[in-house]
Amino acid sequence: MREWLIQSSSSKVKIARQEKSLKEGKVSWTVTILLVLFAILFIVGPLYITVVIALKEPSDMINVMALPKKIIWKNFFDAWRMTDYPRKFLNTLFITIGNLGFTLITNSLAAYAITRNRERSKFFNMLYFYFLSAMFIPFNVLMLPLVKQAYAFGIDNIVGITFLYIIFGLPMNTFLYSGYIKSIPIELEEASTIDGATPFQIYTQVIFPLLKPISGTVAILSFMWTWNDFLMPLIILSKPNQQTLQLSQYVFQGQFSVQYNLAFASYLLVLLPILVLYILFQKWIVAGIVSGAVKQ
Amino acid sequence: MNEKRGISIAYYLMTVPMAILFFIFHTFPFLQGVFYSFTDWKGYGAWNFVALRNYLHIFKDKDVITAYLFTFKFAFFATLLVNVFSLLLACGLNAKIKFKNSLKAVYFLPYMLGTLIIGFVFNFIFANVIPFWGQSLGIKALSINILGTKSAWYGILFVTVWQSLAFNTLIYLSGLQTVDKDVYEAADLDGAAGLKRFFAITFPLIAPFFTINAVLCVKGFLMAFDQIMAMTNGGPGMSTTTISVLIYKRGFQGAQFAYQSANAVILFLVVVSISLVQLKVLEKREANLK
Repeated sequence: MREWLIQSSSSKVKIARQEKSLKEGKVSWTVTILLVLFAILFIVGPLYITVVIALKEPSDMINVMALPKKIIWKNFFDAWRMTDYPRKFLNTLFITIGNLGFTLITNSLAAYAITRNRERSKFFNMLYFYFLSAMFIPFNVLMLPLVKQAYAFGIDNIVGITFLYIIFGLPMNTFLYSGYIKSIPIELEEASTIDGATPFQIYTQVIFPLLKPISGTVAILSFMWTWNDFLMPLIILSKPNQQTLQLSQYVFQGQFSVQYNLAFASYLLVLLPILVLYILFQKWIVAGIVSGAVKQ
Repeated sequence: MNEKRGISIAYYLMTVPMAILFFIFHTFPFLQGVFYSFTDWKGYGAWNFVALRNYLHIFKDKDVITAYLFTFKFAFFATLLVNVFSLLLACGLNAKIKFKNSLKAVYFLPYMLGTLIIGFVFNFIFANVIPFWGQSLGIKALSINILGTKSAWYGILFVTVWQSLAFNTLIYLSGLQTVDKDVYEAADLDGAAGLKRFFAITFPLIAPFFTINAVLCVKGFLMAFDQIMAMTNGGPGMSTTTISVLIYKRGFQGAQFAYQSANAVILFLVVVSISLVQLKVLEKREANLK
């Protein structure tokens, strides 16, 4: 009797275990292995090639894929000097940080005013649809006249292009911010209004702190846009000392010619800052981009 | 009470300056482009009104038509491949697997890297690494640099898909995570499994994410520029010249400012109509599925 009880209870445990594993599912090793193989072949592979070539000397290029016989750090110094890396890095950093700071303040302010007044004012509603419809105009369509205008206004430099980024991000960011601001209960602001706070005070003290999550998304998207953009710098920034990192790679491509080691060292120098940021903040970056895209 | 008082001037201060700047630097160049498309301006010197001459000429211009056909072909196949592969990848990453977070991080990495540099890196791989393998394995098709041949566009397609997979996979993955596990259990009881389960249950549930991806893909790929400048510069011949590349090259270097402005206006109309049709069709289908 007692034996039976033990048996039955152990089989019950077994059944429970089986049910549990059914629900959670077993680790699918086939899928895991396939995904790992593809990741190595298609993503790690090209990156590996980039790093290896950057570290080699030309005589070591017969078997491209092999590890370098001798690590040539000099490639990086040469690429650094040849492309004037520090200058280009600081230009890019200036544009990226400048755009980031001003975008977060000005675009969220505009979106706030529009969202909160859309329902009671035709003017603000019109502005909303004005910005929204501008999202349909591709950059390539207005770039020819823009270049003439940038030249005429004297904004064909890094300060000017930063300004253009802040302006051009407005439609997208208004849209992102507006969706988020709608979800903030208006009672918070009404209470502050009764306490005598002005709209600017309400914005800085109540609204802006609440916008943190969406500001994160806007910050990441703006950063990625300006850091990796090629077309706008290509047409706006004509002087060599104003070039960004991406643009300088294009400009020096002809001079690198078949000096592949130098070229790849230079590419790696441009990729490195973003790789470091990605490794450090991967979770936030991915989450921010997803929430931005799904809201579109 | 608030409404009676009207709208505080502060709100106007928050928006109006930005709106004016936006008009000056975004809308005004756009309108200027439309205006010049009816002229014969070279980008310098005097100009005359020519009414619709630029537009009429575009429809007979072999180079422009070639560029449009290539751009459409490219955008179609890139959108198709990106969506198929990213859906597959997302399903894989959503399954019960080991190293889930690391794999996700690796597959998303291409999104972070500049398209231009990715183009340069693959340029080298197509020119030196793949022919090297092709020769040593004795495969004729792989032993030459495809970027120099008629098949150059496969190379560009590959790089574009390679990079775009990252973002689209992420969107599909976040879509798959919204699907309730209980739905699958119910499906299991009904005997739906594998592909049937995917098309009958999973796909309709993540249809909105398909809409996002399809619209963003088409819009992005119709504008393809960076990877082409990095890999083929539009060649060999004109075979990989997209409309964006054509507008850039001829508009800035070919003294065709007005003519390429007309081309840009047509591109704008094409993009708007494709996006609108796509949104309508896809939204309708989504609604029917519900």
